[in-house]
Amino acid sequence: MAKRVAIVGTGQTFHKSHRPDVNGQELINEAVLRALQDAGLTMKDIDAIVIGNMDHFEGINYVDCWSVDGSGGTMKPIIKLTTGGTTGCTVAIGGYHLVGSGMFDRVLVIGWEKNSESDTTGAITTAFDPIWDRLVFAGAISGLAAEAQGYMARYGATDRDGARVSVRDRKHAMNNPHAQLRKEEVTLEEVLASPMLADPIHLLDVCPRTDGACAVIMASEDVAEKICPKPDWIWATAARHSYAYLGDADYGRLTSMREGSQEM
Amino acid sequence: MDRAAIIGVGMTKIEKNKVRDTFADMAWEAVNKALDDAGMTIDDIDNVITTSSDFWDGRTISCMAVGDASGAAHKNVSCVEGDGTYGAFYGMTRSLSGSYKTTLVTGHSKGSQSVSSLITNCSFDPIYERGLGMDMVTACAMQANAYMNRTKTTAEQMAMVSVKNHGNAMKNPLAQLPMKLAVSDVLKSEMVADPLHKLDCSPVSDGCAAVIIAHESVASKFKQKPVWLKGVSFCADSFFFGDRDISRAKSLAQAAKKAYAMAGIKDPKKEIDVAEVYDAFTYQELMWLEEMGLADDSTAGKLLEKGEFNIDGRLPVNASGGLLSGHPIIAAGLYEMAAVVRQIRGDAGGFQVRKANTGLVHGVNGLGGQSHCVWILGKDK
Repeated sequence: MAKRVAIVGTGQTFHKSHRPDVNGQELINEAVLRALQDAGLTMKDIDAIVIGNMDHFEGINYVDCWSVDGSGGTMKPIIKLTTGGTTGCTVAIGGYHLVGSGMFDRVLVIGWEKNSESDTTGAITTAFDPIWDRLVFAGAISGLAAEAQGYMARYGATDRDGARVSVRDRKHAMNNPHAQLRKEEVTLEEVLASPMLADPIHLLDVCPRTDGACAVIMASEDVAEKICPKPDWIWATAARHSYAYLGDADYGRLTSMREGSQEM
Repeated sequence: MDRAAIIGVGMTKIEKNKVRDTFADMAWEAVNKALDDAGMTIDDIDNVITTSSDFWDGRTISCMAVGDASGAAHKNVSCVEGDGTYGAFYGMTRSLSGSYKTTLVTGHSKGSQSVSSLITNCSFDPIYERGLGMDMVTACAMQANAYMNRTKTTAEQMAMVSVKNHGNAMKNPLAQLPMKLAVSDVLKSEMVADPLHKLDCSPVSDGCAAVIIAHESVASKFKQKPVWLKGVSFCADSFFFGDRDISRAKSLAQAAKKAYAMAGIKDPKKEIDVAEVYDAFTYQELMWLEEMGLADDSTAGKLLEKGEFNIDGRLPVNASGGLLSGHPIIAAGLYEMAAVVRQIRGDAGGFQVRKANTGLVHGVNGLGGQSHCVWILGKDK
């Protein structure tokens, strides 16, 4: 019988552009300890661990094996899931199925990156096909700029519309003690005046690079209510990766998002 | 708990250099073969799990390289990074969690496009260990020495694993290295890292395999008789070699114990009919058999000498030729699963064993067998 799944504890680091005070394992461990504390559990209670990051960022192979001291995974089932920038959701979805299948009662899900140790753009560039696409698209920003141009051409949006998202998000960040960029808000003019990276994307249109980790504990319906008074039930999950070759992409639309939402 | 079964398998030939095939080409071949085997079309597949490694592929988001060719562009898809046995585990949970009934699981890598030494050196901790310049082969050489020292397993006994498996490969048209060898051939082959000679080591190969897993409610609806996933468990030991006794594999012993329990197996030596075990190196076949309780401690070498693990022996191990005869990293576990599936179906052709009701599949992740995954497959539910 499939089981219903709930989130019963969470923990994360205070995200910063650079955490020279910890190595990757210690970063992971901060999030894990906070999640366990939040759930009132110990590592003994955890049945399995799902972990994810983008390999080429930190340059560590077999991260699931390397990280056991930090994740608490020694002598436990550990599995690594990775799908690039969507890894956060991917590991969460992984935890959901691991618990929902009935194989585990309590699963610890960990996402982390130490981008201060990475050549982020260099790493992302290797996502693209080496023969057809890689020489044309550098990292994430150029591809996103092409998408943005497509969206603007299709719907008449301008870079002012995009800039409004930055203004709003930075305003919200002031309320979130874990957020990295919360020293001050930004104005529309400041966003539009910030250096142009790849038209129409300005510096302040882009997320920063961050060192941070987050851990979430999921539990099956058999035990969730014993762990926390108000478990957060997961109703549905969805994911899509549409065509990988850049020539197959539908610029200005997000087919993957639309199909994913329909699955929901 | 609900049950799941494997209802289709497909794989490419394992080769040294598939110069005409990209990752996507290999996936296209394996997936279509699996669909044909199952009597399904891609529309019968509810979701897709790819297994790949960004490091081995030299591509970040390595799943992007095979997603389209695996029919995943309009389906829910995810990616496991690790041996195919782990990918299959996630695939199984997706068929059991209520969201999907059929799951396609693929696994691939191209050793011909990898510098395995550099790639496996990157498994070592970047701050404390990497500068030592170790890689998978030297790490496993260390382990082989520790294992030989503790169990008194000899170089000749290890060489016999190579003789057996390369010999078995002569009956497997998909294997890369079918060879008729003598023990002396192995011992005379170039010493790569003491005590591992070249013929003690698996090659680093090109290949892609796919399996289709189905929930019990639909498993019997397609072409093949389902092969049931009766038990599975996986477990990771400590990372630093100094933190564990590398002549032992505690995590494998635990994974095997839990897999047997889930499958209701009380006496594995008697109840397992056929096994595909992760023989990246000759000593590993012997060591893993002991840790899984399929041979008593320190006896696997002697039992091998007696012919116990031959294709016509008491417990045929790696009748397909094993990884020594062809080792596409990541895909390896799925090739093993496919081999056992075919044994249980009676469909293994030249390397079919006499009795195959219950089979064992074993996969490894990490350096020197840090993490292990054990599967029990069965003819009966």
